[in-house]
Amino acid sequence: MHIHKYEKWWLVFGTGTLIAFLIIIGVSAFHSGTHPNNSKWTLDYEKVDETAPFDNPGVHKVEGKDWDYEVVLVASAFSYNPTEIEIPVGSKVRFIATTKDVIHGFEVAGTNINMMLEPGYVSEQITTVDQVGEFTIVCNEYCGVGHAMMYSTLKVVEADDNSSHK
Amino acid sequence: MTTAVTSKEVKQPKLQKAKNSIENEKIIKVDRKDAKLALAHMYVAFGALLLGGLAGLLQVFVRSGAFQLPFGIGYYQVLTVHGVLLGLILTTYFIMGFQFAAVSRTAGPLSNTQRKLGWIGFWVMTIGTVAAAAMVLLNEASVLYTFYAPLQAHWIFYAGLALVVVGSWIEGLSQILRYAQWRKENKGQTSPLLTFMAVVNNLMWFVATLGVAIEVLFQLLPWSLGLVERIDVLLSRTLFWYFGHALVYFWLLPAYMVWYVVIPKVIGGKLFSDSLARLSFMLFLLFSIPVGVHHQLTEPGIDGFWKFLQVVLTFFVIVPSLMTAFSMFATFELRGRELGGKGAMGWFKRLPWKDCRFLVPFIGMIAFIPGGAGGIVNASYQMNQLIHNTIWVTGHFHLTVATAVVLTYFGAAFWLIPHLTGRKLTSKMNSMANTSGILWAVGMFIMSGAMHIAGLLGAPRRSEYSTYGGSEQAAEWISYQIAQAIGGTILFISILVIIGVVINLLWFAPKGEEEFPVAEAAPGGGKTPAILENFKVWGVILAALIIIAYTIPIFEIITNSPVGSTGFKLW
Repeated sequence: MHIHKYEKWWLVFGTGTLIAFLIIIGVSAFHSGTHPNNSKWTLDYEKVDETAPFDNPGVHKVEGKDWDYEVVLVASAFSYNPTEIEIPVGSKVRFIATTKDVIHGFEVAGTNINMMLEPGYVSEQITTVDQVGEFTIVCNEYCGVGHAMMYSTLKVVEADDNSSHK
Repeated sequence: MTTAVTSKEVKQPKLQKAKNSIENEKIIKVDRKDAKLALAHMYVAFGALLLGGLAGLLQVFVRSGAFQLPFGIGYYQVLTVHGVLLGLILTTYFIMGFQFAAVSRTAGPLSNTQRKLGWIGFWVMTIGTVAAAAMVLLNEASVLYTFYAPLQAHWIFYAGLALVVVGSWIEGLSQILRYAQWRKENKGQTSPLLTFMAVVNNLMWFVATLGVAIEVLFQLLPWSLGLVERIDVLLSRTLFWYFGHALVYFWLLPAYMVWYVVIPKVIGGKLFSDSLARLSFMLFLLFSIPVGVHHQLTEPGIDGFWKFLQVVLTFFVIVPSLMTAFSMFATFELRGRELGGKGAMGWFKRLPWKDCRFLVPFIGMIAFIPGGAGGIVNASYQMNQLIHNTIWVTGHFHLTVATAVVLTYFGAAFWLIPHLTGRKLTSKMNSMANTSGILWAVGMFIMSGAMHIAGLLGAPRRSEYSTYGGSEQAAEWISYQIAQAIGGTILFISILVIIGVVINLLWFAPKGEEEFPVAEAAPGGGKTPAILENFKVWGVILAALIIIAYTIPIFEIITNSPVGSTGFKLW
């Protein structure tokens, strides 16, 4: 099969670029650990309220872990619990979330905190909140008639209290 | 007669070149009975375009914040109409109609059995469409065209969509039978390229739709009928996306058929390389399917390793598109220089910019460049977190399927419909068609551009107008939503112009003969290697890739599965 000389160059260049992209995202994922939500944690979605940690949704300061705060969040049609989250800037946070009914989204708008919440599964993501401001958390997976009314707020505040972060 | 000419075109390009002028004079027509079958598909496709486009117009109006739907019609009901009619009905009907015409034109008329199968498939699809549409209109199925469980539609909605798929299988089978007949009658020869391409697209469709067929038959139907109480949600989504990404290639490949085989003839040039065209289609067959998990990158329950493996396979499917891009622009440059274009870009000016059969698909080709680049971003594993389920994604597929693909379909319809009805595309209709293409480009630049930017700022897709409790971020999104309404309005005007042209070509254009353009291979391409037509070899590789990409993830989903979900009707 005859392939034109320029086409060979073009394909070598194009495929080379794709391989470079793959190496970059691969190293970033498997070396630096920047995976999207891959959690394997399951529960009974009909018993979320009785299952730890979802029996106590909210922001929890933790000690002796790789992160400073755990945000436990429960989604249901058409709201989030809690409706407001406040965290000092610079903290490392582990978001732990699930749903009590259908599929919902959990997206901190304008950031890369973004995961699907599916019945029976817990979704998790760890991040450092490094920017002060108010971020809207939106449901980004269609869940029914009240879908666009479903939101919460993440407030990243100045760390005036020294004990609140390391 | 048809078959003899076509096989020679492919087999002996040098000889054929000498006879060129004679052959070009004669218009090879699609068989009249086959033309009827193809036309039936066009009626449904363009009806779906008009209604689906109207639904889209209502959506952008609602999202601008300045308009509310009357008569208790729901936003998500309209969104379901838009997605089902344009994503599933317009595309499937156009593709099948086009492929019937292409097979009949290049491999010869269908046998009576093959044509009968075609009609059975058409009616099965149409009964399914009507059933699903009725459920959507009755507000029993506002589950969007992806119908994710545990939102539960009426079982008739799922059964209707299943019939659409089954009907398309019967039609695909009819086309494959015609190809098999040609191979039998022309042993050892290279098959007509367009027929070969239609066969590859059908085979890909068979393998891909198995996923959604299993989801509907074994999960959604028994569950919505109340035979079983619970459904494995993650498994249903994984089966859906096994099908869902191949679906976009099912849309794209007919556009590539037009780009590879029709456009070169329209501009008066030659097919760049028969072998490379076939190779790129075989690569699409291999890599369209084992990549669906890249739609599930932010979901729990699937291991990072398997997600990344499918990301790698997704990147492989970009290679045949790179090959296609090269072939297209090589064809354009060769032809432009033949017409006397000089210098680095002089050839570009020589292309037939006033011919809608060229201009409209060309606009589509240009849109595929940013569309493809955006697709690479979406598939890039952790980068997906920034844009997943934001309106960036909607902006992305309005460049790919809703510009590159459909403008190519429209550009093809502008000669295909008069070819089938025995009429002529007049110069007035030609300039109306060009106007629609330019309007589409302008409208889509505004709408898709605004969607991309708003998506980066975090605006979610598939959501009606909301201020999110007075959030500052949401206020920023709304200005882009107004831009989307402006772009969407221009697009709807373009749709009206297109419908006007189509009506003219169906019933009012002057009688005459419009060519079905089929390019011949450029000289010096050599004989096409037989391996490219050995479906057994490619089938084995395809099966191996699917088994590697999906066995362990699906095994883990089943063994690790939590208690299943009951149905919810939250609309």
